[in-house]
Amino acid sequence: MDVAVCVKQVPAPDTPLELEPPAYHLRRSGSLVLDEPDSFGVETALRLSEQSGGGEVVVISMAPRGETAGLRTALALGATRALLVSDEALAGSDALGTARVLAALVRRAGAALVVAATESSDGYSGTVPVQMAELLGYPAVTFAKHVETDGARIFAERQTDFGSEEVECPLPAVLTVTAGAVEVRYPSLKGIMSAKSKPVEILALTDLGIDPSTVGRAGARQEVISLEEAEHRSGGTVVAGDGRGHELIVELLEKRGVL
Amino acid sequence: MAERLMAGGSTSEGAGGSSYRAPVADITEALQVAGVWDLLQLPDFAHVDRPTVEQVVVEFGRFASEVISPTDAAGDSAGSRRDDRGGVVTPTGFKEAYGRYVEGGWGSLQFPERYGGGGFPWAVAVALQEMFASANMALSINPVLTQGAVELLLQWGDDRQRDTYLPRMVSGYWPATMELTEPDAGSDLGALTTRATEQPDGTWRISGTKIFATWAEHDLADNIVHFVLARAAGAPAGTKGLSVFLVPKRPPGPSGEPGVANSLRCARVEEKLGIHASPTCVMEYDDAAGELVGALHGGFRVMLTMMNMARVSIGAEGPAVAERAFQQAYAYARERLQGRRPSTPPGERAPIIEHPDVARMLLQVRTLTLASRMVVYAAFAQRDLARHGAGEAERRQAEARFGLLVPIAKAWATDQGFLATSLALQVHGGSGYLEEAKVAQRLRDARIGPIYEGTNGIQAIDLAVRKVSRDGGRAMSSLCDDVMATVKVLPLPELGPTAQALEEAHGALTEATAWVAEKYTSSPDDVLAGAAAYLQLAGVTLGGWVMAKRALVAWRGRPGGGAGQQEGQAEVAAGESNFFALETLSDAPALLRRVTAGSGRLTPLWSSRPGLA
Repeated sequence: MDVAVCVKQVPAPDTPLELEPPAYHLRRSGSLVLDEPDSFGVETALRLSEQSGGGEVVVISMAPRGETAGLRTALALGATRALLVSDEALAGSDALGTARVLAALVRRAGAALVVAATESSDGYSGTVPVQMAELLGYPAVTFAKHVETDGARIFAERQTDFGSEEVECPLPAVLTVTAGAVEVRYPSLKGIMSAKSKPVEILALTDLGIDPSTVGRAGARQEVISLEEAEHRSGGTVVAGDGRGHELIVELLEKRGVL
Repeated sequence: MAERLMAGGSTSEGAGGSSYRAPVADITEALQVAGVWDLLQLPDFAHVDRPTVEQVVVEFGRFASEVISPTDAAGDSAGSRRDDRGGVVTPTGFKEAYGRYVEGGWGSLQFPERYGGGGFPWAVAVALQEMFASANMALSINPVLTQGAVELLLQWGDDRQRDTYLPRMVSGYWPATMELTEPDAGSDLGALTTRATEQPDGTWRISGTKIFATWAEHDLADNIVHFVLARAAGAPAGTKGLSVFLVPKRPPGPSGEPGVANSLRCARVEEKLGIHASPTCVMEYDDAAGELVGALHGGFRVMLTMMNMARVSIGAEGPAVAERAFQQAYAYARERLQGRRPSTPPGERAPIIEHPDVARMLLQVRTLTLASRMVVYAAFAQRDLARHGAGEAERRQAEARFGLLVPIAKAWATDQGFLATSLALQVHGGSGYLEEAKVAQRLRDARIGPIYEGTNGIQAIDLAVRKVSRDGGRAMSSLCDDVMATVKVLPLPELGPTAQALEEAHGALTEATAWVAEKYTSSPDDVLAGAAAYLQLAGVTLGGWVMAKRALVAWRGRPGGGAGQQEGQAEVAAGESNFFALETLSDAPALLRRVTAGSGRLTPLWSSRPGLA
């Protein structure tokens, strides 16, 4: 079974983030890395591909300047090859524009299953995977915390607001996995070295037959109009310990409906 | 400064926390200053490129922080223990962490692809070694010894030995040890008595006792390859009669798999000040089966190959332990509230990092870490150049410079490591003295650096006598010329304090070198009495040089000036270089006076004790 896995390359988490006016997009001038939530997607894709008896795991991504550092990480973990769309016309894309491009890449990769994280750690829109599913005409299985496959279907345990549910879904499909769903392997030195010779195809919009007016700033139907700094977290309630702390915690959790 | 430190990943979780985050940005920068990107242009490294090196640093950094580092505290409190059957049990988690290190192939990075290695420069491997040592210094010594032994076999082993042992040693699947010291033969190896007897089939039998045998017995692997320095029957006295023998814990059979146990045993594991999880063994060899490596009676030179590599790797423990201590002290100083800064109005209490004296200590730790890291990496880059350089002349010059840098990198870096951990502990005040703060372990661990792999006193003698005097000071003069070339291109006034102190240090080192080179034949005692100061002078000068080069790299890459980097990075690097120039490099003129003071200053001790001198 061939699997496509969506990865986003984001500024390294230990560098200060900057937003670029007027549209308040994240500045991506420095070096980029594989977004952490996507590492769970890559790991899941690799495991499902192995479980189905093997096949290609194709990394698909969209990034400026032909940036491939994050793709190399995914390839070092074991993915087969990568498809990257890098086109100046994509600057300022909104979630739908991004979904259009990724959907085109899925078709090009010819994968039966598309795996993505539930959301990126920089944008947090969390809408790209389902938009992509709609554009592809595939069912979407979201927020999976455990997944298995028999090569024709996936069986997922989904995290919901009220607990979890088990679903079965025929392929092709789009699957999103939660952070922490699987333990992500560490790349080995051999993995890093072999990633160097794995194919990374860098494409422009014309290669995918996408009309530039439907993506990028030109096609964006979503606009950030202003920004406000979030309120600093308040100090919370301090309860002096008198040996009854556990009872207070239970009381609080009951009040919130957790227990 | 705070932003830059964050960018370097130098943060830790909460006050008094002891977690380690690999300072990936600082390490990558140090590789650049050491000249690693230039090394990658050499044909032997054509298969390695800069993004791959960066990726290796990032991924191993994550591995060290997330997999190795969590084993560190338990290792310190439990230590490695000998069980009643003579085996050594390592602390919880060590076997798994080491196994995953071997599985990841990290220890094979710098070795030939023919034996399963990655064919990278040593200068990149030492960056990994440093992160390993930050994460768990006690465990990190195991691969240091294995890697030194791999170098030894690559250079001196015969084809069969290389084919049998190297693939397993390169991977770390079979770790190796080096056993030199005996109860009466420490720094003076010529006195050792372990004997080797040749058998009719050409193999050897080894008998004797070795002490201070690091990681000579443990439960991390199926086999251990001991490299034992011994004296063959009929060999001349002194170091000229020594040979190196390869003595496996379980000699491999024809299939290559470990066979029955050899007749050697761990008689005791020592109790130590620090690195508790690194078993320091007393080893007894009782007619153990071994094989000769290299020439008979040529063992001292053979062992020197291993020692040279191990020495510089031990040098990396200086910045390693300093880095982790810095991360702890920095996190603590940002959270601990005490008093207020005199220049601010009364009100809320200030985090102690705002107090000038605390800031001074932290910046001292930070700059000593940066400088010692770059000196160690630069030494290994010379070693790479000596092996893989473009022409014969370049290789020979690099070999001489590597030889010169070995004792400086080992001794100066480990001395700064200890000083830095002591300062980092001081930042914590009284709570740093409590084991609970987890910074005391850094100080205890750091104390071994100046002692093992040849004490720093021995390194100073090696530098003054073998590396400077015997060479007429040529290698050091060439290094001084390079220092001066950097001084001349420093941007002013931004790096003014650096330029001034570095020029003074250059003058002092040049004068001291001429004195050492000239004096040794006529008055060796005078040179030896000043050898430690001479090494320190060379260390601070090199430290100042690499700090200046780092500032220069940042200056040239500042926004608008070329490669993309963060706002303010060039200013911070210049500030750090100037701080080092003032706090450390400015010692140079005083050190010169100490180098040339002669042995007369020792007479108060000698003359007051009858029988001495």
